[in-house]
Amino acid sequence: MKNIHKRLPLILLFLISMHINAQQTPALPQKGAFTIQGATAHIGNGNVIESSTIVFENGKITAIGTTSTAAKGTIIDASGKHVYPGFIVTNSTLGLVEIDAVRASVDDNEIGSIIPNVRSLIAYNAESKIVESMRPNGVLIGQIVPRGGRITGTSSVVQFDAWNWEDAVIKADDAIHMNWPNSFSRGRWWEGESRAYSPNKNYIEEIQKVSYFLKDALAYGKTTPNEINLLFQSVQGLFSGKQKLFIHADGEKEMIDAITFAKELGIKEVVLVGGYEAYKITEFLKQHNIAVIAGRTQSTPKFEDDDYDLPYKMPKLLADAGILVALDPDGRMERMNTRNLPFYAGQVVGQGMDKEEALKMITSNAAKILGIDNDYGTLEIGKSATLFISDGDALDARTNLISKAFIDGREISLNSHHTTLYHRYSEKYKLQKN
Amino acid sequence: MKKNPLLIAILFCNISLFAQDYFPKNDGVKNTNHNFTALTNAKIYVSPTQVIDGGTLLIQNGKVVQAAKSVTIPANAVVINLEGKTLYPSFIDLYSDFGIEKPKRSTMRGRSPQYDPTRSGYYWNDHIMPETNALTTFKFDDKKAEELRAAGFGVVNTHLQDGVARGTGALIALNSNGNDSERILLEKASQHFSFTRSAAKNQSYPSSIMGSMALLRQMYYDADWYSKGNSTTKDLALEALIANRGLVSIFESKDKLNNLRADKIGDLFNIQYVILGGGFEYENIPQAKATNATFILPLNFPEAYDVSNPYQAAYVSVADMRHWNQAPTNPKVFVENNIPFSFTTHDLKSPKDFMTNLLKAIEYGLDKTKALEALTTIPAKTIGKSVELGSLNKGAYANFLITSGDIFEKETIIYENWVQGNPNILADINQKDIRGEYNLMVAGKTFQLSIKGEVSKPTAEMKQDTIKIKTKLAYAKNWADLSFTFEEEPYRMTGQITNNSNNITGRLILPNGNASSFNAIKTAAFVEKEKEEKETKKIDVVPMTYPNIAFGNSEKPKQENLLFKNATVWTGESAGILTETDVLIQNGKIAKIGKNINGGNARVIDATGKHLTAGIIDEHSHIALSSVNEGGHNNSGEVKMEDVVDPDDIGIYRALAGGVTSAQLLHGSANPIGGRSAIIKLKWGENADTMIYPNAPKFIKFALGENIKQSNWGATETVRFPQTRMGAEQVFIDNFQRAKEYEVLKKSGKPYHYNEEMEVMVEILNGERFITCHSYVQSEINMLMKVAEQFNFKINTFTHILEGYKLADKMKEHGIVGASTFSDWWGYKFEVNDAIPYNAAIMYDNGLTVGLNSDDGEMIRRLNQEAGKTMKYGNVPETEAWKMVTINPAKMLHLDNRVGSIKEGKDADVVLWNNNPLSVYAKAEKTVIEGAVYFDLDKDVQKRQAIKTERNKLIQMMMNEKNEGGKTQTPTRKGQRDFHCDTDHLEEAYYLQN
Repeated sequence: MKNIHKRLPLILLFLISMHINAQQTPALPQKGAFTIQGATAHIGNGNVIESSTIVFENGKITAIGTTSTAAKGTIIDASGKHVYPGFIVTNSTLGLVEIDAVRASVDDNEIGSIIPNVRSLIAYNAESKIVESMRPNGVLIGQIVPRGGRITGTSSVVQFDAWNWEDAVIKADDAIHMNWPNSFSRGRWWEGESRAYSPNKNYIEEIQKVSYFLKDALAYGKTTPNEINLLFQSVQGLFSGKQKLFIHADGEKEMIDAITFAKELGIKEVVLVGGYEAYKITEFLKQHNIAVIAGRTQSTPKFEDDDYDLPYKMPKLLADAGILVALDPDGRMERMNTRNLPFYAGQVVGQGMDKEEALKMITSNAAKILGIDNDYGTLEIGKSATLFISDGDALDARTNLISKAFIDGREISLNSHHTTLYHRYSEKYKLQKN
Repeated sequence: MKKNPLLIAILFCNISLFAQDYFPKNDGVKNTNHNFTALTNAKIYVSPTQVIDGGTLLIQNGKVVQAAKSVTIPANAVVINLEGKTLYPSFIDLYSDFGIEKPKRSTMRGRSPQYDPTRSGYYWNDHIMPETNALTTFKFDDKKAEELRAAGFGVVNTHLQDGVARGTGALIALNSNGNDSERILLEKASQHFSFTRSAAKNQSYPSSIMGSMALLRQMYYDADWYSKGNSTTKDLALEALIANRGLVSIFESKDKLNNLRADKIGDLFNIQYVILGGGFEYENIPQAKATNATFILPLNFPEAYDVSNPYQAAYVSVADMRHWNQAPTNPKVFVENNIPFSFTTHDLKSPKDFMTNLLKAIEYGLDKTKALEALTTIPAKTIGKSVELGSLNKGAYANFLITSGDIFEKETIIYENWVQGNPNILADINQKDIRGEYNLMVAGKTFQLSIKGEVSKPTAEMKQDTIKIKTKLAYAKNWADLSFTFEEEPYRMTGQITNNSNNITGRLILPNGNASSFNAIKTAAFVEKEKEEKETKKIDVVPMTYPNIAFGNSEKPKQENLLFKNATVWTGESAGILTETDVLIQNGKIAKIGKNINGGNARVIDATGKHLTAGIIDEHSHIALSSVNEGGHNNSGEVKMEDVVDPDDIGIYRALAGGVTSAQLLHGSANPIGGRSAIIKLKWGENADTMIYPNAPKFIKFALGENIKQSNWGATETVRFPQTRMGAEQVFIDNFQRAKEYEVLKKSGKPYHYNEEMEVMVEILNGERFITCHSYVQSEINMLMKVAEQFNFKINTFTHILEGYKLADKMKEHGIVGASTFSDWWGYKFEVNDAIPYNAAIMYDNGLTVGLNSDDGEMIRRLNQEAGKTMKYGNVPETEAWKMVTINPAKMLHLDNRVGSIKEGKDADVVLWNNNPLSVYAKAEKTVIEGAVYFDLDKDVQKRQAIKTERNKLIQMMMNEKNEGGKTQTPTRKGQRDFHCDTDHLEEAYYLQN
């Protein structure tokens, strides 16, 4: 799919506009208390409470415990069911692209190589039909990240039930994203070059360019300039620790170079994204306290010689080594596939990871990495009532059957373009049969 | 060594052997020379197997008169004493572009594709150029001729290496003394073909290997039609092809799979191609042998990868490392298998590498006699010139090499390469070996001089006591020039080498410019040190696997009798799921299902707590293919995916690890009428033909929607019909209508023009070939059913069928066999806007046979989970969900009588899972095809360890190679090609050109 969006007829612009239907109405703020009773509560920090009672008021969890916990307000009987914190996707482009092949709907990739000032938040389409389709699978929060170039821009964290991006935002401008250069690059086959990968001659030079930029930005921040430089200004949070730097790198050498680079520049918070070979350098990562957003578990191994299940088990290899791990949805058809985030986590369970550990990767770990763990990521008193009820194990598609979901205590619609069409056509055939 | 033309002229006056005596002469007097030349006392290889010791070779007028032990030397003979020397017939290279300029690449960037030919009066496809005559653009290249002669060659067969049908090659003697009238031995010696598009031409078709194959087949069919006088129009290309039918056809394959593909085409038309191989033939040698072809082999052994940087080394696959190690055995493997072959300099950076690599092949076990045959008699025979070339029998061209000894020894010097009786000096035959230790006396001082290195190009080292002195030696034509700097002052000397003395004396120029003399007294003979060490060097070749890449099998899996004990058996039949049940597999079939089965000698597998299912069947896959889209025409029914199955794709192994046992390999969706399918079993390690189902039901891929109207192909791709869904209908109707008329004519008994594409369309009309149609939007799906109904046949399968839920009723009414969809894909293009994950459930609810397909090398690995999703989206019952990846696709493929469920009598294609197979947590532990275990989780662990060990070993070997001064190359990694329906057809076309 990747190459399609590059050359798309503009003509489809108006076709799309014809198809934009009304989206589900965002829920009103929580009124009155809710109590979910009887469910197995998956806290998101590794713990489970069987036959739990969860009380939430004004968007916050006010009580959670076993049957002895007092209920309050509207009682939801969830006996035999499961409650989970809303799943959180990191490094996502949801809401920035509607249809991959329709260029007019593509907003995730601005031109330019070093463009940290570009902000994903304002392009985030809160009414995207793709975003809407996340909720019936339990994916309720996401970090929206610009792609393309060396420093790709500034991300923000949003929740998935909103009228617009201002309503959606949970944490604005949380991080700057950088694509680390590859030490191996592929020939331009269309120019008659080999399609093989060979050492990238410009590797050092490419690193230096970013290095100069960040050094300049650091120097710029030490005074009060007369003339504002938007680029320099936009990365000051990296040096103060207010913003994290997410570095997208896969190779062993690249990762070591990237982390060393960031530390030398005095960047306080670094997160590694992708990290295909991170399992080879776990000691190094631990030493530098680096969290990893592990590459898509449901993907093919990059090298012919790799274990067939390397992407499946990679997060486990990292977690076992004591590294904080979340999951990366990046890859082919990433947006529409992001509703499979719970199954990306489930895939790792198949490789021997404990289910609650796997759950952490898309709840508390993700919240920690995004710096929203004070409010999100676990079912704990004082945190946001962003959670859902599933008939069964939500990490397995067979049983990921969500009956109710809440964001900040607001009970959100679980309908979508898909359920609408499902009902419409089920109805069509029912009528025919009658 | 530079040759001296004057010297040659004086010594040998028999130049201009073939002087064109009917030509007027205005530059002097007639200079006819019919003298003989007798080369005496030599060891003569008359042929690789006929050797004369101390024989005489008598030549006259550029040809051999006699080669024998005793020869009566005529009075008018120039006698050359070659005592101690050896004569070999010079080498022949059948695959050369000597004297022909490489065609310039023409680029289509930014322009609309060209679907029609640019020529008129020629074939309908610009890549078919059998009329090309190598000599049209031929220009004798003295420089290149000299290089080739230095490598031992006397004759080359040269042609323009461009296009699918490339025209004829010309046989040229590398005779720089004569002119074209003498050295053109054959104007048309061979015909040439390949699967590669012309670099200079831009016609869109063919854009794939299977397209090139179909084009060649149709070309031969068309030629047959034309030769019978059926054409009313002129086609100079076909006329040339017909006229050249008698010539040997040489096929540029350069790929171990293309070797077989080429041969298959030849078999259809009773043509035995001579095949230019690629150096990987050792990997599938039994099949190479079965072609019955004579091969031409390049000696393009890869250089070791420079693995000194571990990060870079990680990029090199074990397969690439292995090829470095195993490739030099390729010629030896040919000999072991009795497959005739010759060698070529093709694909070498320089002819200089030829002998180096040939010696390497010998080091790796190639027999010397066979090597010589591959350089002489075999190419001569291949080109039909056994009398004139490749030997020194009477009547052969006097093309021979004079060497210092065994030509396949590293130290041997080729002194001279004679072509058509003309000597070309490569090294001075009379040059004395001056190597050794000397005392050099210069201006009253004594130095230690040691001369070493090669005989013809020795080097000097000088010392005074222990102090090294920088020095330079040049040695040629019995003169040695020596210079050095001592105490910052330069000394220059030149001395003559004589046969009378081992010492060297001569003139010395002192630093002050005054002349004096020097004297070098030989004190010791030269001793070769390294030689002994080299000979003890052991050749270590790592074993091959099947296929010869990571995770290949060291032995091909064998059929076993297996008894799965106490499993949860998902039958996929009305019996549903049976708990605590045994399944017995015998002779590749499911023999028995029941409790407490006695399996006799069957290997018992404890399946307690595990799930046994039929193997997964993917109705729509593009793994294991060398090429996927032939987008050069809107109808490519003539192409066959069976032609391009790639059994070495790691995707096969990975799919097996996901419990897949069968897959339909489909053409892409670049055009409304795609290509014919290959339906395979994933028999990892077997060859392509073994993987393909015997008597496979016939299928063809059709496609609708954005891909066929090229909506997402960019602004230039707007000239191929159709560009709209309206046009698509017309393409279908037009093709079926033409097919109908074609069949009527064919049945009428009147002459008809065989057209492979129309034959395929007729099969569809007659219900002999089934359509699986890539489809998204309801309008066009409905349209295709109506077109089919208009022509009285039915659509078998709609694949992808993402809006199937909108017209499940209509598909039911039409009577499709099945609908194969994605579980949850959408959003990637405009036409999937209404694709919903409930699609499978709605179609199932309405009584359709529903399948789930992958179209993707990743998703194929977990189709079981995709089936599980239908339980979430639409509440499909567990057993029915499972059928969507097993028996339902089997039904669509008309294979449900053989595979798809666990039923007595069916093929034993089963998978043992550690968990409910629909769960995301399930892992395939064993994947069995016809009773042979093709994937085993425990063996997989062993293979991982083996790869690690082998990588380490090969890296070590390459490090040694580098440390010993061997050439190395930068580490590279081949780009993995993960095909999909819409794999860029432009990328394919470029791939075919490169």
